[in-house]
Amino acid sequence: MISIEPVAAPDAPLARRNPVAKVAAALVFSFTLLATLDPVAPAIAIALELAVLPLFGIRYRVLARRAWPLLLSAAGILVTLVLFAADRSGRILLDAGPVLVSTGVLLTALGLVLRVFAVALPGVIVFATTDPTDLADALIQNAKAPARFAIGALAAFRLVPLLGQEWQMISMARRARGVDAGRNPVAKLRLFASTAFALLVGAIRRGTRLAVAMDARGFDAGTPRTVARQQHFTRADVLLIAGAAVLAAAALTTSVVLGTFRPLIS
Amino acid sequence: MGGVLLRGFGWRHAGRRAWAVRGVDLRVEAGERVLLLGPSGAGKSTLLSALAGLLPEDSGEQEGTVEIDGLDPRKGRERVGIVFQDPETQLVMARCGDDVAFGLENRGVPSDEIWPRVDEALHRVGFPYSRDRHTAALSGGEQQRLALAGALALRPALLLLDEPTANLDPAGADLVRRAVAGALDADTTLILVEHRVAEALPLVDRVVVLEPGGGVRADGTPEAVFAAHGAALAAEGVWVPGHPIAPRPATAGPGEVLLTADRLGLPPRLGSTDLAVRAGEALAVRGPNGAGKSTLALLLGGLLRPGNGRVTASAELAGADHRTPPHRWRAPALARRIGSVFQDPEHQFVTSTVFDELALGPRRTGQPEAAVKETVAGLLDRLRLARLAAANPYTLSGGEARRLSVATALATAPRLLICDEPTFGQDRRTWRELVDLFADLRDAGHGVVTVTHDADFVAALADRTVTLHRAPDEHR
Repeated sequence: MISIEPVAAPDAPLARRNPVAKVAAALVFSFTLLATLDPVAPAIAIALELAVLPLFGIRYRVLARRAWPLLLSAAGILVTLVLFAADRSGRILLDAGPVLVSTGVLLTALGLVLRVFAVALPGVIVFATTDPTDLADALIQNAKAPARFAIGALAAFRLVPLLGQEWQMISMARRARGVDAGRNPVAKLRLFASTAFALLVGAIRRGTRLAVAMDARGFDAGTPRTVARQQHFTRADVLLIAGAAVLAAAALTTSVVLGTFRPLIS
Repeated sequence: MGGVLLRGFGWRHAGRRAWAVRGVDLRVEAGERVLLLGPSGAGKSTLLSALAGLLPEDSGEQEGTVEIDGLDPRKGRERVGIVFQDPETQLVMARCGDDVAFGLENRGVPSDEIWPRVDEALHRVGFPYSRDRHTAALSGGEQQRLALAGALALRPALLLLDEPTANLDPAGADLVRRAVAGALDADTTLILVEHRVAEALPLVDRVVVLEPGGGVRADGTPEAVFAAHGAALAAEGVWVPGHPIAPRPATAGPGEVLLTADRLGLPPRLGSTDLAVRAGEALAVRGPNGAGKSTLALLLGGLLRPGNGRVTASAELAGADHRTPPHRWRAPALARRIGSVFQDPEHQFVTSTVFDELALGPRRTGQPEAAVKETVAGLLDRLRLARLAAANPYTLSGGEARRLSVATALATAPRLLICDEPTFGQDRRTWRELVDLFADLRDAGHGVVTVTHDADFVAALADRTVTLHRAPDEHR
């Protein structure tokens, strides 16, 4: 099942900050880091991210579990570069037919992997510490997002975990009907596509029913909405965003001072 | 407040040839409690949607007028609350309190009044948990109670209930009915659509029967309406009290064992279970929600791999595969031997016409096309689906979809049939047909296993009952 619940201690000092502020801080931090191609700035950024983790109330083990797709993409980058990199400079470490591994290749791969982690971790941290309802509330109240979009997305999001169960049900129902693919890869692909289609049909029908129910309770009827859960955007939230900008700038500056800085656009 | 006036009202959905409802003249005074009845397809749900203002003008064609307190319902939405059948698709928010507050926010109720009104609504429906409880952690009956609270928090003058208990087990349905009985103000008008008349009668003082071709067939006190029209309504599928259905006990004793469950379990969904399924026997599996009845059906049907223990098929059932358990059989072989009917018929539909749906199993199991046609024609006829042969399975009514899903399982003539809640939400006519169909199969030597909450169905059909208990260490 897809987990959408926050995993952090909710009373940690930074986890309690306004969700919009957290998203903004993550965006500021990540975008600043995109400016460089060197491995040093992302390495410093990752160290900083891990250092502030306790302030968000996330334990390292929990983060590792949440971030496993990142590890997967890191492995993907390594394999791709080792096989296809154009730049084969540096000392040759391994030469086995088409696979030619040099120090240059490894260095480029390392830089890319670090960048992926440094840029993605702030987002992982924000969503691990933020309740989706709070995020929708804050988007409406503090970022002036339309309620139609924010609440609609929230309601749709709530149905996502159902899709996993639904997939299993449809697959079993098809087996009961005598439909399976056996070992034939083409049949497997077709079965996958038709199961996905059935899932989509079901999801649309369910979404339509939900939309009617929301309609019946006056959603998006043109009446100005009030809010039941007040979200506050305070000075501490401004400080969080500013802090993210300062830390990211510090990582870049260090890289410039050490002479490793390689601008994205040169 | 909450008075309803319909004059020659009719509605035809865009793109349909037939009118969903037509020629309805009806006046309901404020504070009346009305049960709206009619055979499947009489347009009850369409009428409720019209009253709730949920039929946009561009989504179809209207005849006559519909008014609530003299207003078009589309403009007087705040006067009307509605609760639908499916709990899963009416809850919007992740936490219970937030969900009740959702409607209040939409209507622009001042922020400081919202939470007192949420608490009041939750209290009125007897909601046992705190506002922070997650909606996903509720049972179906509790979710419907919450949906009712969400409607009542808006203080509607007219409350519409569209089969709010059809998808619930008996305990959950009872929970919802008691909440409705306890939560209504004396001056709130109630219009209720419900198949199960006996259970709904304590809530209403007037019965209105819609005629499928158009118009109102009967209108009056429950006693008067059922005295004059009871027998005809029962024949058309309405669950009129006092019209019992004759049971179908087995004509012969059970035959040999087809399938054995030996310390079968799948933690945490199902504890260790021992069971034998016999030919020529209708076996009912009962038990409370969360006891693992549906899981047991999937395990017996060879659709899930057991966690513990095993399922063994007899040589007679398994044929060439008698050394392997059913969950490892190839799908066509499985479909020839064990048929499974799922709780939600739509999960099982694979093709785009009723005919192809029925032909799929026989084709997959390698029957020649002439034999396929013959099988399909027989099933279409037997299950009253012949005029729907070219229809898309997803457009069928609840009763038609159920009959089709059973027919698809029978198309490959399996020796053993396993059904999960086959009578859920069915009208009396389909219900009776299912009893007869399963009884005929059993008497012809097939094994029939039904997982069900339906005590009447068990009484009418089952030769033997197995009751599952919730595992004591498990909390759901």
